[in-house]
Amino acid sequence: MREKPWILIGLLVFLFLVTFPVWWNLAAGEKAAAPKPELPTDEKECVAPADYMRVAHMDLLMTWRDQYVRQGDRTFTGPGQRTFTRSLTKTCMKCHTSKEKFCDACHNYAAVKPYCWDCHVAPKESRG
Amino acid sequence: MSTDRRTFLGVAGLGALAIAGKASVDALASGPEAGKPKAGTRWAMVIDPLKCLKEEGCKACADACHKVHNVPLMANKKHEVKWIWKEPYERAFAAESEYTQEALKEKPVLVFCNHCANPPCVRVCPTQATWKREDGVVMMDWHRCIGCRYCVAACPYGSRSFNWVDPRPSLAEISPEYPTRTKGVVEKCTLCEERLAEGKLPACVEACEEKAILFGDLHDEASPVRARLRESFTIRRKPELGTEPEIYYVVGGKPDVHV
Amino acid sequence: MFMFEKAVVGSRRYWAWVFALLCVIGAGFVSYLYQLNVGLGVTGLSRDITWGFYIAQFTFFVGVAASAVMVVLPYYLHDYKAFGKLTILGEFLAISAVTMCMLFIFVDMGQPTRVLNVLLHPTPNSMMFWDMVSLSGYLFLNALISLVALSAERKAVAPPKWIKPFILLSIPWAVSIHTVTAFLYNGLPGRSFWLTAILAPRFLASAFAAGPALLILLCMIVRKVSSFDPGDEAIRKLSIIVTYAMLVNVFFVLMEVFTVFYSGIPEHVHHFQFLFAGLHGEAYLVPWMWTSMALAAVSIVLLVVPTFRNNLKILPVTCVMVFVSLWIDKGLGLIIGGFTPTPLGEVTRYTPTLPELLIVAAIWAIGFLMITVFYKIALAIREAMGYEIAH
Repeated sequence: MREKPWILIGLLVFLFLVTFPVWWNLAAGEKAAAPKPELPTDEKECVAPADYMRVAHMDLLMTWRDQYVRQGDRTFTGPGQRTFTRSLTKTCMKCHTSKEKFCDACHNYAAVKPYCWDCHVAPKESRG
Repeated sequence: MSTDRRTFLGVAGLGALAIAGKASVDALASGPEAGKPKAGTRWAMVIDPLKCLKEEGCKACADACHKVHNVPLMANKKHEVKWIWKEPYERAFAAESEYTQEALKEKPVLVFCNHCANPPCVRVCPTQATWKREDGVVMMDWHRCIGCRYCVAACPYGSRSFNWVDPRPSLAEISPEYPTRTKGVVEKCTLCEERLAEGKLPACVEACEEKAILFGDLHDEASPVRARLRESFTIRRKPELGTEPEIYYVVGGKPDVHV
Repeated sequence: MFMFEKAVVGSRRYWAWVFALLCVIGAGFVSYLYQLNVGLGVTGLSRDITWGFYIAQFTFFVGVAASAVMVVLPYYLHDYKAFGKLTILGEFLAISAVTMCMLFIFVDMGQPTRVLNVLLHPTPNSMMFWDMVSLSGYLFLNALISLVALSAERKAVAPPKWIKPFILLSIPWAVSIHTVTAFLYNGLPGRSFWLTAILAPRFLASAFAAGPALLILLCMIVRKVSSFDPGDEAIRKLSIIVTYAMLVNVFFVLMEVFTVFYSGIPEHVHHFQFLFAGLHGEAYLVPWMWTSMALAAVSIVLLVVPTFRNNLKILPVTCVMVFVSLWIDKGLGLIIGGFTPTPLGEVTRYTPTLPELLIVAAIWAIGFLMITVFYKIALAIREAMGYEIAH
């Protein structure tokens, strides 16, 4: 068939375009830096162990949300029997005081846009 | 592998039973949890319109509520969002009569969600984004609401507002401790449930200098609301609809207000 | 399996029509993206009138979808052979109409990404839950039935016996979808315009007039653009159905008028006053409502008198009048009239905006496109089979 060379060319162009992100970054030589969320200085322990939080903080927040809003169950007992209010603004953001320096660091890297901040008020960022 | 129909149906039936059984056991097993709103409480308010009228044009309650809860002030009246406001007497009680015109026409009456004991809005919500708590509050879950506005259609009092656009640009000042809402959800007064959980009074009650709004537990004979209800005649809005509102309005006395 | 290849072969006229529909759909889609971005504030809706054009169209087209039963019932329950060629057209109309309904609801949602919450958190006390169940079920039933029937036709065999129970089920199910839609409105204690037991019967009566009227028009169009002829007898029978349904509908409306005005309860009277005479300075719907009444009156004369009804040149005009009259009544009067005056007695104005109208037009176009494609497939098959339908 006469179209064979065109089909082959088309396939090659497609392969080039589809693998573009991979080989372009390799050629550029720089690696994307791993995100560095700024940790709180005054508190050493979160409401749950850090490796659990890294993996499952979304689950924790969703569970907290239903328990607080729908069941009125506001108190959470964390490690060492410390009690916290199940609240993003009143608990999490009291230690992780900067959304930009903590939450956004990883979220921007992973291209994740949680919609919490459409409603929940992020703490005021200190400039300078 | 071959199996006859009877065996297959038998196994399928047992499987279905097992799945259904687990679900019912789970449902039955969940009991009351700590920190829940007090069962056996029934929050209510008694409003004295005459005390409310003492200061002309006063809206301390609405200002306090809307500030604490980040209720926006929309430029376009069609997109108005309000939790508590003053409605002319004739409209609040559908009490048109030429003979009330001199005394009370246009005199404003405080209106907001009645936290009905038999709320039609709760009945119609398809996602249980609004529900009646044990302590009487008709609550909102702004994470669950799909914005269908069925509850707005169902409310006989016009207490609910929908966020037609993003409310944040219309918020002059944001109170950081309470969330805003986003576009596409319905909102209304939630009886300051977040303040009740901390043992505080609702914002409107606290803000009223004339103490025109009384707040308390209907099941507690010694509460301010029960005391006031014993003292005066009171009415509720549209009682014939069977919604059982929990907001009472004191009736009677000569209004000593100046127009 | 779906025989879609039949829909991509067509004349220039066919493709011009499809292209025009696609343009309208495209414009509406862009408009919807704008609405998603800014919020439902881009419509003419307001705090006082929270449901408008979208929900009104939904209500009207549930009726059109339910009307397929008017063709299915006589054929399958009473062996009325003249409708044999029509049932598939009725079922396709039902599928397109139900899809339009679901789209109208979807574009009306404030948080459409959360719409699955209705399934994740089923709420049997909410009529909206049952509305979703009944519409989905009806869509499934009609899709299954039409697919099986058309496949059987293509193979020149009678449809398999197991489809019969589904067909019989679709008859009460059709009645149920519009009853549940009426229940959305007539269980609300605060909206006195809708709080009437006759709302569901009224809905059904107007549906059984508007739907078959549309079906008659579609049959006449099909006759013109293809070699398929549903038959004069079938069309005449449909027109008799439209006649009786219109008479019942008008009777029900007069019942409402009596109840409201004789009892004289202000809350009830005010809605009718607003619609037919104007209230508190707002009378923008008055011309529409009286046009609807006039069209209904004229069309009833043209339907009741056999000379006019059987005249196949006058009948399409009559059908258009019936359709428009009922569309105004259910599409404009019902929803806006229900919200005006508000529970606080206020009267405000509702004017749909351009983005809103574009979205509505796009959903209409999607419905028309579906009907076009479905009918094209059915007609192509019938042409190939020589129009013999095995029973």
